[in-house]
Amino acid sequence: MSKPGQIRLAVVAGVVLFLEFICRMGWVDTISLAPPTKIVASAIELVMSGEIRRDAFLTFSTVAGSIVSAVIVGFLMGLALHRFPLVRRFLDPFLASYYSIPTFVFYPFFIVMFGLNRIPLMAIGFIFAVVAMAINTLSGMQRVPRVWLRTAQMMRMSRIDTIRKVIMPAAAPYLFTGLKLAIVYSFIGVIAGEFILSGAGLGFQIAFSYNSFETAKMYGYLAILLTLVGGLNLYIYGLEKRIYERRGGR
Amino acid sequence: MSQAAANASAHQQDHALSPLAYAGFVLALLGVWHVLTLWVGRDVLPGPGETLGRLWHMLSTGSLNKHLIETFSAFGMALVIAVIIGVLSGAILGAHRLSGEVAEPMLVALYSIPKVTLYPIMLLLFGLGMAAKVAFGVIHGVIPICIFTMSAVRAIPKKYIRAGQAMQLTPSQMFWKIYMPACIPEVFSGLRIGFSLTLLGTLIGEMFASQRGIGHLLLQAMENSNLLDITALVVMLVTLAAFVGFTLLSIDRRLASRAAPA
Repeated sequence: MSKPGQIRLAVVAGVVLFLEFICRMGWVDTISLAPPTKIVASAIELVMSGEIRRDAFLTFSTVAGSIVSAVIVGFLMGLALHRFPLVRRFLDPFLASYYSIPTFVFYPFFIVMFGLNRIPLMAIGFIFAVVAMAINTLSGMQRVPRVWLRTAQMMRMSRIDTIRKVIMPAAAPYLFTGLKLAIVYSFIGVIAGEFILSGAGLGFQIAFSYNSFETAKMYGYLAILLTLVGGLNLYIYGLEKRIYERRGGR
Repeated sequence: MSQAAANASAHQQDHALSPLAYAGFVLALLGVWHVLTLWVGRDVLPGPGETLGRLWHMLSTGSLNKHLIETFSAFGMALVIAVIIGVLSGAILGAHRLSGEVAEPMLVALYSIPKVTLYPIMLLLFGLGMAAKVAFGVIHGVIPICIFTMSAVRAIPKKYIRAGQAMQLTPSQMFWKIYMPACIPEVFSGLRIGFSLTLLGTLIGEMFASQRGIGHLLLQAMENSNLLDITALVVMLVTLAAFVGFTLLSIDRRLASRAAPA
């Protein structure tokens, strides 16, 4: 393992030990914080007993729907904004301040529009994630060096080849950033929505165990959630690296 | 190099639009909104006239004032704290390579947590009220500021630093004449994002940890499914945020185009 990796592991281990210590010594009350060993134990129990299955399935299918729709629509929106610079210039200030609006306040609208089911939550994840994807697609398109496009023209590449061999590789880092953000924001939107407003799903279970003083269980749900989101991002990161390596460079 | 050039050319096209064009754009938005209302019905989406009337009513009777003051004093404090902590820690992590490499994945992981779910911990540490709201704002805003500052400091070209050393600049001269000008554009981009997220965090904090403020009003309206109030408050927030976003964005552009090699 690399040296920064080792230090990172040591830091995390230190924090965990510290938390364990202050909990066991009784310096913080057990309602607010559970010792890490108990958190892990409750996480394992939640998975083993199958208690988590239904909520996890609900949350992940909702998040998956949100990610897929946000990535597709966001990508198309980014292309459209690139294609029509005038529209983009008008929208810039709105895009720049988009993330200061708590989007889940739109939940009641979605309930009236879609009914009382999982679609309003998916819609919250979607509207939270789609703009990140659009902004990053736009940045990617804007940063394709013009020389490369002219070279492609000079070589009489077809439109499809230009997109496949010039534009996409040049924009790839931004598209991946958009994808990673879309994943994270979909999770945040859906979980936050469940947390505040819904009667099922992982976010709801976190809120429910908190309100019923089942602290270890609450942190257990949180730990599972963070592990999964982290794992998914790590996987995308690896995928991205492999693609760059195949292209040779960076 | 080609990247910077492409960047600069993208910025050059962006000379300011006239206020008249913006007025037209806002009118067009209102028109689209009106059509949407006609389409889905005013029970689902209150129309622009109705909403603006409601907002005007809230503002003119002064019922909104104490909430506005509450929210923006919390937001102001959160922003100051987030900027100070974010820029300082980012600068240290950027300058010291090893600690930066150790911290970066951890920061990114923290950034991707749905922070709403951390509110039990926040309430434990700060109790109900102002402190918890400010803390919520800070944890949302500080990480992007830190990450952007870190990468800005890392990206300072080595030859600038060597040139400074060759000219025997004092540490304070190095700071003001070399580090600052080289970092400012990217740090400012970080601040712009930090601004948005801090406002978001403060509003979310108010939803859970407070009995006052715009966030609290929004949660109340949400629980009562009072769509008119929600729309009016959202329109107010969007207007404010877009105005600030516009200002920050134009400063950002100017800094970026000044930094790009001509």
